Amino acid sequence: MSTTLLLIQLLNGLQLGVLLFLVAAGLTLVFGVMGFINLAHGVQYMVGAYLALAFTGLTGSFLAGLALGLLTALLLGLALEFLIFRHLYDRDHLDQVLATFGIILFLNEAARVIWGPTPLTLDLPLWLSGTIPLTDGLLYPVYRLVLIGVGLAVAAVLYLVVNHTRTGMLIRAGATNPDMVSALGTDIHRLFMVVFGFGAMLAGLAGALAAPIFSVEPNMGDDLLITAFVVIIIGGIGSIRGAFIAALLVGLVDTLGRSLVTDGLRLFLDASAANQIGPAIASMLVYVLMAGVLFFRPTGLFPAKGMA
Amino acid sequence: MTGASLPAVEAPRLTAHDRLDWTIGAVLLVLLAALPWSGADAYITGLAMKAMILAIAAISLDLLIGQAGLVSLGHAAFIALGAYVTGIALEEGLYDATAILALVIVISALFALITGAISLRTSGVYFIMITLAFGQMLFFATASLSQYGGDDGLTLWSTSELFGTSLLQDEISLFLIILATLALTWIALARLSKSRFGRVLNAARQAPVRVETLGFEVFRYRLAAYTIAGMIAGIAGFLLAHQAEFVSPAAGAWQRSGDLIMMVLIGGIGTRSGALLGAIVFVALEEGLSLVLHEWRLIFGPLLVLLVLFARGGLMAALSRLAGARD
Repeated sequence: MSTTLLLIQLLNGLQLGVLLFLVAAGLTLVFGVMGFINLAHGVQYMVGAYLALAFTGLTGSFLAGLALGLLTALLLGLALEFLIFRHLYDRDHLDQVLATFGIILFLNEAARVIWGPTPLTLDLPLWLSGTIPLTDGLLYPVYRLVLIGVGLAVAAVLYLVVNHTRTGMLIRAGATNPDMVSALGTDIHRLFMVVFGFGAMLAGLAGALAAPIFSVEPNMGDDLLITAFVVIIIGGIGSIRGAFIAALLVGLVDTLGRSLVTDGLRLFLDASAANQIGPAIASMLVYVLMAGVLFFRPTGLFPAKGMA
Repeated sequence: MTGASLPAVEAPRLTAHDRLDWTIGAVLLVLLAALPWSGADAYITGLAMKAMILAIAAISLDLLIGQAGLVSLGHAAFIALGAYVTGIALEEGLYDATAILALVIVISALFALITGAISLRTSGVYFIMITLAFGQMLFFATASLSQYGGDDGLTLWSTSELFGTSLLQDEISLFLIILATLALTWIALARLSKSRFGRVLNAARQAPVRVETLGFEVFRYRLAAYTIAGMIAGIAGFLLAHQAEFVSPAAGAWQRSGDLIMMVLIGGIGTRSGALLGAIVFVALEEGLSLVLHEWRLIFGPLLVLLVLFARGGLMAALSRLAGARD
């Protein structure tokens, strides 16, 4: 494999990692702070993509569509929290799984009814649809670079908020010991609502950013949700830092694996066998990585809760 | 079963809870047994067979969730494993049903032993996710078997022979074999939950440290439970391959594992009849609602949410409240 191709794969891996981080950040906080398993988090990603698509069509401007989409995603997240989730915080994990699974079924089907089952695409405005040469002969789409930039910027802002503001301090405290935070006089329900709305918005942002690259379809959140769970498990539940590192790791392993494994297998097997087995092994890599991490560190790389 | 010996205790008496469990189980099994003679068409008996096969797997999953407190999100992998072992054996010319079944049991047990030994190092949500990981690995592995259909699955043109007969081909006898397997699973796991083994599992779910302190190696008990549950789900896969005459990677997708958890929860955890009832209700709702409305998930989704918010403990708890109100 040439260095040019490798560089493209690295950038693509970084881009997947950034998207995963945006989804995983909300998931790990909601899970870490509230002890709440929100399977419906992947649906927020799907909703974000559809909303960006709809509002861009309505306003004719990509940026306005993005902004309105984010706002609506935030409102939807808050509405779900108010109507359903807050009644489930002190319930068993299994109840939460069942209820949020019900929400997935409903919202996926609703999206199918409203926008139809065929995958849709969001066209980029002209100023974002060009390519720029990175090296000689390597053209890379501007938008993908913008996406990586936005993702890293959000990660940096999140880092500042979580580590250097009062709200962030409460969130970190909440992830370690929510009962104590509540006992010390913080309105834990308001904190929960802030974290939840924020997480929903980040997942919506990931969906909206992904809309111009991937096709927008009703079940797009399901597989991403599972990968995002893999990320927060590898990173350690409740840890933003862990989610960031694990997201980049998973994005790179997955993307590079898909191109390298098949090539690597060709060295040992004949081409047709390698082409058959390669993609399967590549799809497994992320899960092998997670099983491996959990084997050596049963609570992930940077566990936030209880233990150091 | 080594470790400390408990003082001899009399066999635990049946509580009202157990009586309800046995009653509902008996009623459901009798109703199912009557189905082939009630004039139901092949569509209904086919659905019933599907529900019974899922019930076998759901009851085995309840051994993990209800008794041992281990929530596995990879249980459908064992169904797929059993189905694929069956399909591949038939494809390779092994037609003896008992030999195939023995293979299915041994391979499921081995897969459960290995993945269980690794998974049980973790607990709680991490356990959910690591079982998911192993399920996904098997899913992608089955999808890569290009000589056995790959992504598209494998249609089984030949069926196995049971002691030289074609009992596993005939609809009625296959129905009865599935029903018998279901009844056996039900009884075996009901007895297991009352046995010393079951009581240790239950105690370890509630207070693992205390049980460990009493001298029981909790890990071994859990691994044994995980292996038993895996073998039973493998047998369900063996039956599924015969009933559907088709195996595909989709049988082991994580959504299928989620469905199994849902069946256990809808019925109510910790009872065999709950899992059985859950499987029947799940299949009936899925089929029934899709007859009423093509977008049946628009109804099914909110139903699940309402079930969680207002009917705690699932259908068995609701039935138990009804029975209690009458007493």
